[in-house]
Amino acid sequence: MSEKKISVAWKFLSAVGLIYGLVLVFNQELALEAWGDFVATLGRVLPMVGIVFGLMFFVNLFLKQATIKKHLGRDSGIKGWIYTVIGSIFVVGPPYVLMPMLSELRNQGMKTSLTAVFLSNRSVQPVYLPVMASYFGWKYTLLVSFFIISFSILSGLIVSRMIKD
Amino acid sequence: MSVKESLSSVWRVALTALPMIVGILLLVSLLNPVFQKYYPSVFSGSYFWDPLLGALAGSIAFGIPVTSYIVGGELLQKGVSLVAITAFILAWATVGLAMLPIEINFFGKKFAFLRNGLNFINSIIIAVLTVMILNLL
Repeated sequence: MSEKKISVAWKFLSAVGLIYGLVLVFNQELALEAWGDFVATLGRVLPMVGIVFGLMFFVNLFLKQATIKKHLGRDSGIKGWIYTVIGSIFVVGPPYVLMPMLSELRNQGMKTSLTAVFLSNRSVQPVYLPVMASYFGWKYTLLVSFFIISFSILSGLIVSRMIKD
Repeated sequence: MSVKESLSSVWRVALTALPMIVGILLLVSLLNPVFQKYYPSVFSGSYFWDPLLGALAGSIAFGIPVTSYIVGGELLQKGVSLVAITAFILAWATVGLAMLPIEINFFGKKFAFLRNGLNFINSIIIAVLTVMILNLL
């Protein structure tokens, strides 16, 4: 991770802090409501962040670069796509929490197209599907899940055409 | 990698990821209450405008997918069409305007814009296909 990227991240946080400061001056009610929502969301997200960083630690420790390249790299073939679809379904978490891990995997040889497949599949997660079904029914849930998986593969194929590894 | 090297690698990623995640959550918490109250009033039932507006709304607001199902369920009860809600739910989880800075930081501009653009279009197509097929079943 370059110093430039770290610096951009802190500049971004400072800019958002500045926006909050301005909103606080002009609309205190909105700023306080947003702050309450932020604290509640952060409380839900932090354990997931911890798990993802833990996962990254073990991936670095036990998975060799050659293994990642073999299963998710340029020559992984159809197996790489299948592993990615299954992985994206079973790894729970919002994209912004998973991006650091995917970036690390990409640095170690994961194909760009598979990163796109992983990030496009965030709505199909077994733990969430019963909730979706309770609101919209199982027929809807299964149909939409089928389309999400199919279109994530299509997105991956388009990305592989447009961005060379 | 050794334990020390692995820890150091995770620490470097955390130095970038944590301020980005905190910044994005702050931004989304600020934008959500502003846009949420307009959602029920902009949908008309059209197969063209509803998924487009649903995908736009979902691109602005985002979070864990389960939250979008709850918001979507509430909007459905308020009379918003299923095609709009489907596009909203899909864009919520896979397209993120507020998330763009972190995605650009980790994967580059070209990847971030291409992936978000494709997922935005996919949200609309999937929403229309799903509702059309459901109507036929």
